[in-house]
Amino acid sequence: MKALRRALLALLLGLLVFAAWVTWMNRSPVRAPAVALAVTPALVERGAYLARAGNCLACHTARGGLPYTGGRGIETPFGTVFAGNLTPAPRTGLGGWSAEDFWQALHHGRGRDGRLLSPAFPYAAFTQVTRADSDALFAFLQSLPARERARPAHALRFPYNQGWALAAWRALHFRPGEFQPDAAQDAAWNRGAYLVRGLGHCASCHAPRNALGGSRADAALAGGLMPVSAWYAPALGGAREAAELPGLLRGGQSPRGAALGPMAEVVLHSTQYLSEADLQAMARYLGSLPAPAQPEPAEEKRPQQRAARAELGAQLFTQHCAACHGEQGDGQGLYPPLAGNRSLALPSPNNLIKAIRHGGFGPSTQANPRPFGMPPFGHVLSETEIAAVATHLRLRWGQGAGGVTELQVLQTP
Amino acid sequence: MGGMSKTVSKALQQLGLLIALAPPAGAAPPPQDTLAQRLQACTVCHGAEGRATASGYHPRLAGKPADYLYQQLLAFRDGRRHSPVMAELMAPLSDAYLREIASHFATLDLPYPAPARPAATPEQLRRGEQLVRRGDPTRGLPACAACHGERLGGRLPALPGLLGLPPDYLLAQLGAWRNGQRQAQAPDCMAQLARRLAPEDVAAVARWIAHQPVPAGLRPEAPAPLPEPCGAQP
Repeated sequence: MKALRRALLALLLGLLVFAAWVTWMNRSPVRAPAVALAVTPALVERGAYLARAGNCLACHTARGGLPYTGGRGIETPFGTVFAGNLTPAPRTGLGGWSAEDFWQALHHGRGRDGRLLSPAFPYAAFTQVTRADSDALFAFLQSLPARERARPAHALRFPYNQGWALAAWRALHFRPGEFQPDAAQDAAWNRGAYLVRGLGHCASCHAPRNALGGSRADAALAGGLMPVSAWYAPALGGAREAAELPGLLRGGQSPRGAALGPMAEVVLHSTQYLSEADLQAMARYLGSLPAPAQPEPAEEKRPQQRAARAELGAQLFTQHCAACHGEQGDGQGLYPPLAGNRSLALPSPNNLIKAIRHGGFGPSTQANPRPFGMPPFGHVLSETEIAAVATHLRLRWGQGAGGVTELQVLQTP
Repeated sequence: MGGMSKTVSKALQQLGLLIALAPPAGAAPPPQDTLAQRLQACTVCHGAEGRATASGYHPRLAGKPADYLYQQLLAFRDGRRHSPVMAELMAPLSDAYLREIASHFATLDLPYPAPARPAATPEQLRRGEQLVRRGDPTRGLPACAACHGERLGGRLPALPGLLGLPPDYLLAQLGAWRNGQRQAQAPDCMAQLARRLAPEDVAAVARWIAHQPVPAGLRPEAPAPLPEPCGAQP
């Protein structure tokens, strides 16, 4: 009885200490006195460029909605979060905000009234943005036409809709802090690191997440399965990837593949507009990160079944895929080659399954305005057949990647 | 002489090599970089060259007015029409490319398949024809032909022809207009008209249209004033 009381007391004490720590970590940041921004056309133009770099438009515009008026729902495992209206609309947008208010949001993840913002707004990355760039972004957003459009209320499940839950999440996963250049590296490396870690918020998708949706700091940009959509964002890093990166970010395709799904959207709205110097800088930084380790192929439990799947897959490949991709998988000079294609060698087969089932176009870019489209073969092939084709492709060109089962196809949306 | 025969045998060897390298007889020629080749993603559902089939759900694309097709591509991309497959395919494409895609299918001139002729009662066909040809003034319904053309072949620049479409597709579209699933630029004339149709009229119109053969050389008519204001057709 005494032991139980002691344990309860210890638990209570632990909770109190945790609550105090969470409160301390979420204490109100110091606000600088509001100073009127000296807005020049050059500042607005720089802000517009930075808004591209941050791909603000993609989340802050509803499908078919007016630019930057918000309303797009971001689906997360915890519910749907809706992006706000960034135009200077007085009632529903950033009308009446100061540059300091905007800095509080970008750097500290706090609304104008001090409330904690949802981390679906990737302030864990944007906190790296410098004050000068924050001011330029703000000047650009304030130059937009003011259009009222109220943000729908977030639809988060309990307990994720609770203020204390958000505060605890922030205490565990969020540290405000501006980007600190590495003196041992050159200017291009530092510029690249600033863009990748800050406005580019690449880690939002390309870093693995823990069960609470926090990016795991120990495995930055090591690749991650995106929640809900189940696209696999591959690991970034390695010299070979880096060499092909500027072309991929500018035109949406590299000699070894094309951007599909969420990355096509990033290229479409954001990276195709970045300067050559910035693309090279991002490549320089990412090229300095360690190359992703080749995953150990999973132990095949039923090798005979896999061999049968691969055989069926080879027949289906000749029937449906070879006309474009070539019997030898070389792409025949027009299509993404399958031989050496990284999507076939990823630890997760999801992107391959999605490409076969849903097809897709690469992004229309200035460099490639009329991209090729892959047909949605889910209208033609059964789940069994998709698994067979995917198995054939991974065994033939996946550089040691394992086969794909029908169950994996069924589990991939 | 010896040198000569050597040259000949070398030439023959090279020829043999060339023959060996040539693709086997019957192999498909390598694809060329054409717009049609870039649009293979469309034809897996909409049929070779956007021809579609008389059965199934996917509508024909070939020969529809370019502005109509363009508006539909925008509507799928921007959420006024709902098809997850179409939305995902259109999402990364620019307005300029969508316009090019629309023009490509609009310029195709392909024969139509025979009508599907779904089961229909004589009363349904009579009512369907009445609505299509003359409308129903008691319900405030103009004839379909008043906008979509006397021969129902569509009207430039943006009104589609109604013939040669799968019956399931026709039914689904009228239903979608009625319940707001399908929308167009305001004023949304088709939504307003579809809501004036009685439920049994929807089936009658769709069935009668699906019974009609497509006359040879059917083309969209020249632009003309419409009985209702239409956002899609200014």
